[in-house]
Amino acid sequence: MADISPQIQQQILDARRDKRQLNIVAGNSKPFMGRQTHADTLNVSQHRGIISYQPVELVLTARSGTPLTEIEALLDEHNQMLAFEPPRFSAHSTIGGTLACNLSGPGRPWSGSIRDHILGVRLINGLGEHLKFGGQVMKNVAGYDVSRLQAGAMGTLGVLTEVSLKVLPKPAAVSTLSWELEAKQAIRMMNELAGKPKPISAACWIEGRLYIRLSGAQSAVDATIKEWHGSEEPDADNLWLALRDQQLSAFQSTDPLWRLSINAAADVAPLDHLSIIDWGGAQRWYRGHQDKYEMETLAERAGGQVSLYTGGDRTADVFHQPVPALQEIQKRIKASFDPDGILNSGRLYSWM
Amino acid sequence: MSNHNQPDKAELCSLFRRFIAPEFVISDAETLKPYECDGLSMYCEMPLIVVLPETVDQVQEVLRICHRYQIPVVARGAGTGLCAGAMPNATGVVLSLAKFNHILEINSQTRTARLQPGVRNLAISEAAAEYGLYYGPDPSSQIACTIGGNVAENSGGVHCLKYGLTVHNILSVEMITVEGDKILLGSDGLDSCGLDLMALITGSEGLLGVITEIQVKLLPIPEKAQVVMAAFDTVQQAGDAVGGIISNGIIPAGLEMMDTHAIQAAEDFARAGYPKGAQALLLCELDGTTEEVQEYIEQVEKLFLTYGATSIRTSQTEAERALLWKGRKSAFPAVGRISPDYYCMDGTIPRSQLAHVLTEMQTMSEHYQLRVANVFHAGDGNLHPLILFDANVPGEFEKTEEFGGKILELCVAVGGCITGEHGVGIEKIRQMPVQFNQQELQQFNAIKEAFDPKGTLNPGKGIPTLRRCQEYRSIEPSEEVNHG
Ligand SMILES: Cc1cc2nc3c(=O)[nH]c(=O)nc-3n(C[C@H](O)[C@H](O)[C@H](O)COP(=O)(O)OP(=O)(O)OC[C@H]3O[C@@H](n4cnc5c(N)ncnc54)[C@H](O)[C@@H]3O)c2cc1C
Repeated sequence: MADISPQIQQQILDARRDKRQLNIVAGNSKPFMGRQTHADTLNVSQHRGIISYQPVELVLTARSGTPLTEIEALLDEHNQMLAFEPPRFSAHSTIGGTLACNLSGPGRPWSGSIRDHILGVRLINGLGEHLKFGGQVMKNVAGYDVSRLQAGAMGTLGVLTEVSLKVLPKPAAVSTLSWELEAKQAIRMMNELAGKPKPISAACWIEGRLYIRLSGAQSAVDATIKEWHGSEEPDADNLWLALRDQQLSAFQSTDPLWRLSINAAADVAPLDHLSIIDWGGAQRWYRGHQDKYEMETLAERAGGQVSLYTGGDRTADVFHQPVPALQEIQKRIKASFDPDGILNSGRLYSWM
Repeated sequence: MSNHNQPDKAELCSLFRRFIAPEFVISDAETLKPYECDGLSMYCEMPLIVVLPETVDQVQEVLRICHRYQIPVVARGAGTGLCAGAMPNATGVVLSLAKFNHILEINSQTRTARLQPGVRNLAISEAAAEYGLYYGPDPSSQIACTIGGNVAENSGGVHCLKYGLTVHNILSVEMITVEGDKILLGSDGLDSCGLDLMALITGSEGLLGVITEIQVKLLPIPEKAQVVMAAFDTVQQAGDAVGGIISNGIIPAGLEMMDTHAIQAAEDFARAGYPKGAQALLLCELDGTTEEVQEYIEQVEKLFLTYGATSIRTSQTEAERALLWKGRKSAFPAVGRISPDYYCMDGTIPRSQLAHVLTEMQTMSEHYQLRVANVFHAGDGNLHPLILFDANVPGEFEKTEEFGGKILELCVAVGGCITGEHGVGIEKIRQMPVQFNQQELQQFNAIKEAFDPKGTLNPGKGIPTLRRCQEYRSIEPSEEVNHG
């Protein structure tokens, strides 16, 4: 429960003076994400603690090193939640790391991502300046949306020190229906059901079964179950948690894991190991030793992008390569926050 | 500026007429006149030239030419903006997207629509209706404002508490850079790799690029929607009632408040049956499945009574629901009828501060001798004080602006911000340093430079420019544009 931002600021200034690069680490639950880089560790895990929480305002502000478990325990007491269902890869996953990696769970298509729930951040840029963007209110369009820009930036633009989030009440009722279906039919059905005004909150396909989660008022969930005739899953909560945290057996392998973020209805030619379809069709996981360039072509044909999520060659680029014009803009933005390239350089892309 | 090769107005027109139909390159004062301001008509400037390209290629070529000669470019949608964001630059070109009004595709399977930037907000929902779908964000100006303008301002509406702002409802944006290059931000997928440039573009007020295509998400039209109207004797009670609903785990589709001046004006205008004696009025819309709406309507009615509502009315038909909303949605023009002019502010505050802010505002109102009516997106804390004034009284607009500025400072002081949805434009640029310090503003300027090093896109808007520090120096001050 400490504010160590002055120390962090000093470490950045020192690194800048000594021309040293820094690798930002908080809970160290996601060292496998992004590219492998070599730099001195900047440990921010002690910068933690919930700063404010007003259940009636639906807003929570926490230091970036605060573990998700601590935040969710407090929200629990007020029957509220982080609606983006942050995955955790260990008990130490922090809110700052979750934002930097833009991690969201199965509910993403319906309740949004962490990027969608962010209200404001404080961060220390590569010049050692401690800056505040956004705020603690739901709507704020003053200045560029630097807060949302941090989602998925993987710490390349600054060390996040504080995060303000929109939180939401928990649904009164949750149930899951399932059907045995081929992948193709499952994708069709996911999209079809998502077009109906019913309380869907997640849709995935795992090993030959389509699962649809319903969340909302008890009456709405009950009526939908009656109408849709699926079989009700008894142990569904654990299934969704295991999907969120990548604990399902389909994830358990050392082969490279690919994540496709694509058109929800895309018909992707079968690969060696089609493992899991999540996000109502918009996120697909594959296992296998595919060529990155071929995977990019495939993803583009499906209207989206690919990343090499775990495994494979992590000294090469692991995220989808943007076109040169977009590379150029991203490099310039990186330079605008971190002109000397001190912070997590190379973690996102080899060229920035 | 000492550029000898600089084309004059006539030369520039003939350059544009090489690839744009001559009648769509406007340079005569009379035809230029309607472009001199946006919805905030107190700020006017005549542009040098207005162009109305019809293809993306033409937009690219306009930008290339302006980039070559460092001519300011102001993109323009419908001109309904309320911060003078689309106000022209005297030495620059207004790039109107009015001809880009085609819905390119509605995909009912993926629940998405591809749109040209000049498509009107309401037209999207109208076209999607036959598939049982609609577009979420619904600014009160939705009959007229364009989706391109909505993205540029990150517009909200009365339903954004539940369905989000523009930024939450778009998948991809095609943008032309200041150099005239076409780039695609986002994709058909929900998340993209790398820096989230789409988030940066949303709400960037035409300062970072020109938007030429947008892919939006569509939502299924709810089975049922009903609105509960409740009257209260004090603003405090109404504010507490809003907190009570949220605390009970209910997120209404819309939750709006009006104060007594707004109630009276709206009722005289729309005849929606608002109780004119009330000090505060809440409109709470619930939508979802038929069963769910019924369940929540009962809960909300009870809650309102517990919090001291003096009267309650729940819409029983679609016509009645539309009528109850009509008063709220026409609140601005309604207030326009009880005063020669009005000035709409747009601060956001933590909801708990509402009663305090309104009391303070009343004190200021007495001090400045100017009436103020309030409409409030109560669910998300976005306050629209409407200051009533008469522009024909010398000095009254200046007084109004000062009053408005004080309100925004108050919003920041209680933990809020200077604009929730209307943007900064020129209007609120003086309040930017109240919300942001020098270093933060410098960071904004550095981002601007990453997209637009010469500062020719909508110059003078959004972010106050400072003398740049050593770190960011990439252009000499003498090269800065637009001073003619
Ligand atoms: C009566 C009334 C009610 C309103 N209610 C609401 C409301 O409820 N919620 C809300 O959020 N706003 C509201 N507004 C404000 C306004 O309607 C919105 O800001 C709207 O999004 C502006 O759209 P426009 O097409 O008119 O844009 P314009 O006014 O033409 O332009 C707005 C800004 O966007 C830029 N721009 C426009 N098109 C592009 C493009 N293609 N590429 C890049 N930049 C571009 C312009 O340069 C300018 O800075 C209201 C306005 C009025 C008059």
